[in-house]
Amino acid sequence: MGVKEPLSGPRVGTESTAKVNDFSMAVATANGTGSQTANLALLRSFFKMGIPVHGKNIFPSNIQGLPTWYHIRVSRHGYVARREPELLVAFNPATIHEDVASLPAGGVCVYNADIRYTPDRPDLTYYPVPVKELLDGVEVSGKVKDYVANMTYVGVVAHLLGVPIDVVRQSLEHHFGGRAKLVDTNFDVVLRAHGWAQESLEKVDPYRVEPMDATQGLILMTGNEAGALGAVFGGVSVAAWYPITPSTSFIDALREFLPKLRKDPEGRPTYTVVQAEDELAAIGMVVGAGWAGARALTATSGPGLSLMAEFLGLAYFAEVPAVVWDIQRVGPSTGLPTRTSQGDVAFAYGIGHGDTRHVLLFPSSIEECFEFGWKAHDLADQLQTPVIVLSDLDLGMNNWMGEPFAYPEQPLQRGKVLSAEEVERLERFRRYADVDGDGIPYRTLPGNQSPRAAWFGRGTGHDEDARYSEKGDDWWRNMERLRRKHDTARQYVPTAVIEERQGARLGVICYGTTRYAIEEARDALAQEGVVIDVMRLRALPFGAEVEGFVARHDDLLVIEMNRDNQLRDILRAELPQHAPKLHGVGYIDGMPLTADWVQRQVLAHLSGRAD
Amino acid sequence: MDRVQKLNLVGLSKADYAAAPSTLCKGCGHNSIANQIIQVCYELSLRPQDVIKLSGIGCSSKSPAYFLGQSHGFNSLHGRMPALGTGALQANHTLRAIGVSGDGDTGSIGLGQFKHLVRRNVRMVYIVENNGVYGLTKGQFSATAEYGQVLKYAGRNDFPPIDVCVEAIVAGAGFVARSFAGDAKQVRELLKAALSFRGLAVLDIISPCVAFNDEDDSRKSYAWGRAHEKALQELGYIPPQEEIVIEDYDPGATRVVELHDGSRLTLRKLEVDYEPNDRLRALERIQRAEEQGELVTGLLFYDDSRPSLAEVSGFGPTPLSELPDHLLRPSRDALEGLLAGYA
Repeated sequence: MGVKEPLSGPRVGTESTAKVNDFSMAVATANGTGSQTANLALLRSFFKMGIPVHGKNIFPSNIQGLPTWYHIRVSRHGYVARREPELLVAFNPATIHEDVASLPAGGVCVYNADIRYTPDRPDLTYYPVPVKELLDGVEVSGKVKDYVANMTYVGVVAHLLGVPIDVVRQSLEHHFGGRAKLVDTNFDVVLRAHGWAQESLEKVDPYRVEPMDATQGLILMTGNEAGALGAVFGGVSVAAWYPITPSTSFIDALREFLPKLRKDPEGRPTYTVVQAEDELAAIGMVVGAGWAGARALTATSGPGLSLMAEFLGLAYFAEVPAVVWDIQRVGPSTGLPTRTSQGDVAFAYGIGHGDTRHVLLFPSSIEECFEFGWKAHDLADQLQTPVIVLSDLDLGMNNWMGEPFAYPEQPLQRGKVLSAEEVERLERFRRYADVDGDGIPYRTLPGNQSPRAAWFGRGTGHDEDARYSEKGDDWWRNMERLRRKHDTARQYVPTAVIEERQGARLGVICYGTTRYAIEEARDALAQEGVVIDVMRLRALPFGAEVEGFVARHDDLLVIEMNRDNQLRDILRAELPQHAPKLHGVGYIDGMPLTADWVQRQVLAHLSGRAD
Repeated sequence: MDRVQKLNLVGLSKADYAAAPSTLCKGCGHNSIANQIIQVCYELSLRPQDVIKLSGIGCSSKSPAYFLGQSHGFNSLHGRMPALGTGALQANHTLRAIGVSGDGDTGSIGLGQFKHLVRRNVRMVYIVENNGVYGLTKGQFSATAEYGQVLKYAGRNDFPPIDVCVEAIVAGAGFVARSFAGDAKQVRELLKAALSFRGLAVLDIISPCVAFNDEDDSRKSYAWGRAHEKALQELGYIPPQEEIVIEDYDPGATRVVELHDGSRLTLRKLEVDYEPNDRLRALERIQRAEEQGELVTGLLFYDDSRPSLAEVSGFGPTPLSELPDHLLRPSRDALEGLLAGYA
């Protein structure tokens, strides 16, 4: 195949109309073809150029063969929310027609010329890539050839957008951890494609990149890696888990970091990771370890959390520390297992049976994943209760920019644990007595050498001395104390982040990763003269600042990724006097929000067209 | 008048191993087992503070409240003691653990966790107080009830039983024994041996339910047990302080099994062809006994070659739960160094 002139398209590209460092690009490939390396090479190249960037892997529940997309958002303003792509790399014959159809007018399509496809939209700019021809003479085995084929689009895109070729090489070196042969093999193909594009393609579209200094000093990491690293610095010692997308990479990261960072002076591990037979066992091991005094966690997703209901109820009632990372995905059973959601909030908050209220944390960034990663263990120990961190697939599995994580300044907070000497000094150790009036009792750990330290953990009714009791008074008193403890938790958990402006007409409430689309929409709305305030919850139960924000606004819109507006309902139930002004809107197609969608919802709400 | 109580090697009297009075039925086999646990821990001079008691749910699982009141304990969830115990013993591998389960707890709702506990070889004594019936819910068949058995409320059992010892052996257990709650001496001897084992020790103790499963023709009744019990070996536990070693093991003679902690277990071989270290033979013996309507008791299988989960995990002498903070939180430099790779 020879050189092809671009089929059509506006012949623009002058300085006045150029679109610099502001676009969204989709790479469409088939699952299992190794495109991830190529996509991450592009992502990291933009990052290394100092341009704010974010990548989202939109993938099927499949090992090999089904369509997969990688979205790269490049934004000189620093926006990282999902945006409908203007640029497309079409390398999957199965989806090329629908992928091309989804592009807006003026969009760009880089496609594999070996695919039987004839450009059919005159409002787009097309660039064919002769993949087979470019791979002619590349000396690698057949299977590897399929993998390196993706490097052809890296080379072509680098040329079209203006990514310096040495930056691409640095990105590959980073990706392969300096394994020279792999770098050379891949980069050779990038160079071939880049050189071919330079000679053969005429750049006629307006999109390009220019170096900035907006990523200086930042890191690029997934939320699951950041959370796992946080746990390592939080002293997690026992991890038990059962594989489930999208939480598996959390444990993968833990198993990568722990051997590097957590050995005793003799080189022995200060941790253990047990792959359990199911989620019932995983959480059981965590609760057992928490009872015995080790910091323990499990990572799961919605269907796994369902199986943990029994033990989480027991841990709440027996008052045992535990940390659960729920990387939320869509639906029950299999649902949409590779799509993102905030659908577990209501379930997680009350999981257990009979008046259960858990502590939930809502990280929104890799910095918060790290911080909550260690803090969750402090909170669990301090409050002697399970702490559930509600992340989501989007945050957990995708690469996000962030500041290098702040080292935890406060020492490990172990809560009210009595040593043998402390027990001996007491007149009497009473496991469930509310000595301090904050609802948090004192505990001892198995192995405590005082003969008076022992207590018997149980899910059955018990009195202040942990003795079996079926007395109604004992039950009632204990439940009231647990409520006091839940109220105490409000002072311990991360506070909501509140941004208020003059003349705001609406208070928007959110949590987790929806913040990115909401913040972008807020800026866009402000340019249209519509001012909104934003409050981002970071935990349940919430503190006084949340009620203050709600009280100060006459109109509130809770935006979340679930149908029934679960957080809105929790706010209504806990702030009943404000219930009528708490409205909600949910986004539930399994994709992250876009600013465009948020903007439309806010305007519709303000004009009274929708709830 | 103060009664002088005999003290053991750690200075404790037998009363120091007691706990709350039992709320189980009078005459329940479980009470007898709790009493043997008290006796054995006292005789072995175990420090109660070094022992944890674990259980699931059911009559059997209530019993840890009735022994070793100075030990921490956890009465957890139905069939979930294995997971709880695994986590607790990974957190602190220096603890001794006595777990008490039942036939419903192990054979039905907890069968999966039981099998995986055996696979992982978690170091604990796992007692199944086996009566073939659900007591607290008033007399339903459990999975260990024998085929064709008829009970007053439950009717006829149409399904074959699950044999806890068979399940343990095929899952890779290194210590599998069966006994009978009415045979206090044998229960004690097996308990002592089990407490010395390096990994998971399974003790299936037929423990008659006086309320719902003590018809004279039930295999889990006292009357049937006394009439049909056939001991495999005569067990005599010799504390480590006494230096007695018997090497020979001929039919009709004794054999010393050396236990992991250096203590020894003496076996009397009653059957000429029985070897307690042969997995297939053990399975065959159990099966044959069942066919012959016998209750075979004793140490059915013993093999201490497989390391425990804690050994596999490579822990140092200090349990994870007692590690100092500086070993739990890496340094600031370590964080910065790691993050440099993500810049």
